[in-house]
Amino acid sequence: MRTITYRDALREAIREEMWRDERVFIMGEDIAGYGGTYAVTKGLFEEFGEKRVRDTPLAEEVITGTAIGAALGGLRPILELMTINFSLLATDLIVNSAAKFHYMFGGQPEIPLVIRMPSGGGAQRGAQHSQMFESWYGHIPGLKVVMPATPYDAKGMLKSAVRDPNPVLFIEHELLYSIKGEVPDEDVEYTVPLHLGEVRRLGRDVTILTFSRMAHISLQAAHDLAKEGIEAEVIDLKSIRPIDIDLLIDSVKKTNRVVIAEEGWKYYGTGQGLAALIYENAFDYMDAPIQHITGADVPMPYSKALERAALPTKADIIKAVKAIVPTHVGV
Amino acid sequence: MAISNATLTGLTRTQLLCMHNMMLLMRRFEEKSAEEYTRGKIGGFMHLYIGQEAVGVGSITALRTSDKILCSYREHGLALAKGMDPRAIMAELFGKATGCSKGKGGSMHMWSNEAGVLGGNAIVAAQLPIAVGVAFSAQYLRQDTVVACFFGDGAVDEGAFHEALNLASLWKLPVVFICENNQYSMGMAVEKAWAVENLLSRAAAYNMPGEIVDGMDAIAVYAATKHAVEHARRGEGPTLLEVKTYRFRGHSMADPAYYRTREEEQCWRSTRDPIGIFEKMLLEEGLATQAEFDENDAKATQVAEDAAQFADNSPDPSLEELYTDVMVDDSSALTYRYERK
Repeated sequence: MRTITYRDALREAIREEMWRDERVFIMGEDIAGYGGTYAVTKGLFEEFGEKRVRDTPLAEEVITGTAIGAALGGLRPILELMTINFSLLATDLIVNSAAKFHYMFGGQPEIPLVIRMPSGGGAQRGAQHSQMFESWYGHIPGLKVVMPATPYDAKGMLKSAVRDPNPVLFIEHELLYSIKGEVPDEDVEYTVPLHLGEVRRLGRDVTILTFSRMAHISLQAAHDLAKEGIEAEVIDLKSIRPIDIDLLIDSVKKTNRVVIAEEGWKYYGTGQGLAALIYENAFDYMDAPIQHITGADVPMPYSKALERAALPTKADIIKAVKAIVPTHVGV
Repeated sequence: MAISNATLTGLTRTQLLCMHNMMLLMRRFEEKSAEEYTRGKIGGFMHLYIGQEAVGVGSITALRTSDKILCSYREHGLALAKGMDPRAIMAELFGKATGCSKGKGGSMHMWSNEAGVLGGNAIVAAQLPIAVGVAFSAQYLRQDTVVACFFGDGAVDEGAFHEALNLASLWKLPVVFICENNQYSMGMAVEKAWAVENLLSRAAAYNMPGEIVDGMDAIAVYAATKHAVEHARRGEGPTLLEVKTYRFRGHSMADPAYYRTREEEQCWRSTRDPIGIFEKMLLEEGLATQAEFDENDAKATQVAEDAAQFADNSPDPSLEELYTDVMVDDSSALTYRYERK
């Protein structure tokens, strides 16, 4: 095992898949000459050339449509959208075309497409560049939506996404690119399935259900809680669609208490959807109401002080856990 | 009257009669569709191709079977011309299991991998970016496939049109953009929507050849498309054709067309009917006889009747089909680790 960054792990996945399969290519804004806005694709242009590492104009609608059409034509495109915020300009093609064609045309066309895009806040990028939209896309039948939290998963899940026969939205978090983690050596081939979550930490007192960057914050919270005798189980969902329902229901049946921790907005979002599923499937096992930690219900402010206040923190999670875990636990 | 063995723009008599047959099939098929719609056998939106037959037949005659077409929601005629089975199209209109999209698509969503029909799209202009991608795959895989992308004058007003033309031109992709300018985007007259008089300036803006074509003249459409297709197949990039035509019916079955006069419609129908123009030309050139036209018409009527009968006799999709084809790997929103009862 080596320790590499999330960014490098993604690049390795792209490289390896491009070497494995000539139909795989990557396109996007400033991915070739510039090396990618977040430097994920750095060096790929030099290695693979213009045919397979394609810079595109700033035109999200047509580049998304082009990736869809290329997939229909027998290729395996990886499309990098500079941020998920720009995907809104391509939402029609993602929702009305990529997600629909297989069904709408009676199972004839297949769209093996990966759209990679960073999301999230925390870097003072302001209201239009700090959003979480996984719940929007997770709402749509016909798509897969995944959000790996670690370099290991980033590499293994991206490789699985490229090999998947469906359109996969691969949502990265911009504050994760520089985190480091253990990843098998370059000559060790591995993939990580797209449909499974993972228990990051075992615990008996409460389940913290989370994904993407909040998985790390949740683990820090669990670490602190353990010092006070509260054992939190941390589940990293990894995939928004499909949802690994049995993994989380099993955990709820054991701990009987749930805190959902996410960075996105509260209302009509991912967490509320998960809460409804838990109530539907494990109501009888619940000993306390679900606690829901989210970003503040405001457009993201620029000011460092305000942005910090808008993002969910370790302290928020700890407070939520303590609100539902009886005080005798750990005493 | 003696039948000439001459050709018209390189088209043989057999090809010309085949084109005539297809135009008649489009007309009779759409008339039958309208009838079945009125009878309640067909639901939802339905947009007829009547009046625009010369565009579909002329352009698709210039394509190979291996070439691909992408269309808007007014695509029954184009699907027929590209070689799809009339029964599968009509059954799709009826929403039956035997439809080309298994009854899941409907009038606006026809597809055939074999015939190279890559969809009718119900989002205006969505097919343009996708056509660019299909053309890119052909270029990438070094295939000599050409993509013909059909759209209406309304699609020109969408941003996707402009993004698509720019990228196709920039990457020199083998695509022919065919604007079927039927004068109205739903009820909006084209001159009220376009800041330009025609699309020549749009083609120039994206550095590609452009041509204005009489869309009521199948031979003219064929010649222009052939030129554009050869250009694309040689690797010289896209062309934009503005094909001027007129839909004889409303935008959809629900449209009484109050935004235009009955006189205007009558004028087009009586003087500019593409089938009448085609027949007149063939007769004048001595390339066909009225008897052959009548025979084609009878055949077309028969095929349309047969398609409707087939559709009517076909079963509805089984209810299990509701949940199939959502995902290629049959996954769903939930991952189950344990068996459910």
